[in-house]
Amino acid sequence: MAYLTQQFEILSALADNGGDLTAWQDGFLKFYRAFLANDRWLQYIEGVGTTLVVTAVALAIGVILGGTVALVRVAHDQQRPHHRNALLGFVNGAFKVYVTVIRGTPMMVQLLIMGMVIFASSRNFTMVGALTLGINSGAYVSEIIRGGLMAVDPGQMEAGRSLGLNYITTMVKIIIPQAIRSILPALGNEFIVLLKDTSLITVIGGKELLYAAQGIYSRTYECMYPLLGIAVIYLVLVMIFTWLLGKFERRLAQSDRR
Amino acid sequence: MIVVKGLKKSYNGLQVLKGVDLTINKGDVVVLVGPSGCGKSTFLRCLNRLEEPDEGTVTLDGQEVTEKGIDAMRAKMGMVFQHFNLFPHLTVKKNITLAPVHLGLMDQATADAKAMELLERIGLADKADTYPNMLSGGQKQRIAIVRALAMNPEVLLFDEPTSALDPEMVGEVLELMKELAKGGMTMVVVTHEMGFAREVANRVIFIDEGVVKVDKPPQEFFSRIENERLKAFLSKVL
Repeated sequence: MAYLTQQFEILSALADNGGDLTAWQDGFLKFYRAFLANDRWLQYIEGVGTTLVVTAVALAIGVILGGTVALVRVAHDQQRPHHRNALLGFVNGAFKVYVTVIRGTPMMVQLLIMGMVIFASSRNFTMVGALTLGINSGAYVSEIIRGGLMAVDPGQMEAGRSLGLNYITTMVKIIIPQAIRSILPALGNEFIVLLKDTSLITVIGGKELLYAAQGIYSRTYECMYPLLGIAVIYLVLVMIFTWLLGKFERRLAQSDRR
Repeated sequence: MIVVKGLKKSYNGLQVLKGVDLTINKGDVVVLVGPSGCGKSTFLRCLNRLEEPDEGTVTLDGQEVTEKGIDAMRAKMGMVFQHFNLFPHLTVKKNITLAPVHLGLMDQATADAKAMELLERIGLADKADTYPNMLSGGQKQRIAIVRALAMNPEVLLFDEPTSALDPEMVGEVLELMKELAKGGMTMVVVTHEMGFAREVANRVIFIDEGVVKVDKPPQEFFSRIENERLKAFLSKVL
């Protein structure tokens, strides 16, 4: 480290005095400025931390929201024609609008509306970003969960109900546990998409990984190293999670008793 | 006792049941036969409201079966399905004890003991802790019957219980059903097993064109055939 700093000082002094640098030396200078000077690597690590936190918060919001929407929509669709519940119908309608609006508008626009209009006075840009991502993700997650619930054999619901269990109990004890198997892999993919989409919250000033890179290249006037650097970091994160998901799915498949 | 009055049901404008009247007494073993699409399964499913009748009433022991309080009524009417519908994520024992325990009919220990006793009876006690996919079709169906029995139902409804089984498995399921009938269980069975109808039923019912056409004890049902359509039907299945 000390050696690198020494080299950097020698080379930058050389460059400042109009000396000629080889391509390697020039590259080293830029690399040093992008990652090492002023302990800038700390900013990247902080960015990764924020990215992970935002992903986790958004995923939590997305799963809770998506799960609720999916359960309401499935319950609504499974009602008997002559026994429709008005409240359920209303909530179902509202949720349908939510899914349509969220899936029908760009995420970037949603972020700007949330950051600049709805929460214009908030200074906590990162959490506004996480909230927006969560609300966005919820719409997609609801469809994933709805698909999973509907994929369970209707005979399972009939069997549960014919034993005298009510609708909710049958859902909780019989349908949902079976649906989870088909939901989890798709949910894993959603998690990966979300992880990458956190980079969008920089448009409203959310301080995650891309924000760190932008802050650095706006000082050094050198974009390539910071941007390639975070691209590699995202890639590594995604690869780690893909690997973990793969392991998890294999375990699920092993315990698949059907 | 189940009393059905004027039961009507249509699907997309096609009337399947056109006013079925039927009284099923305690201890009856009623076998419903008829050409496919005649509405026998629909009729059965209307009894516990898995299908909602358009018109007509079903009463169980003097109490009308309606959407309100349906769960309590269903608990008294066990149902066995063509495709077994065991819960694949639960062990055999848990399949049997889930409903009685959850509905507060018995505690887990009592339910477990009861499940083991029932499994013992059908010779599958060693399968108590396995999952349904490890079992043959015949074993699955016998466990599905036991699952319904564990609720101590007043009546058992069978919706083509042997139609999805390999031929060599049919016998074991029918044998169990025969045993239940001998034990005095009230049963309503939709089946194509004419042998079972002849041997075990005390009433055989021919449903055709959405109504009950013939309702006779099996000896008469199969020997003195007056209805032309029943004659045609039986000539195809016997």
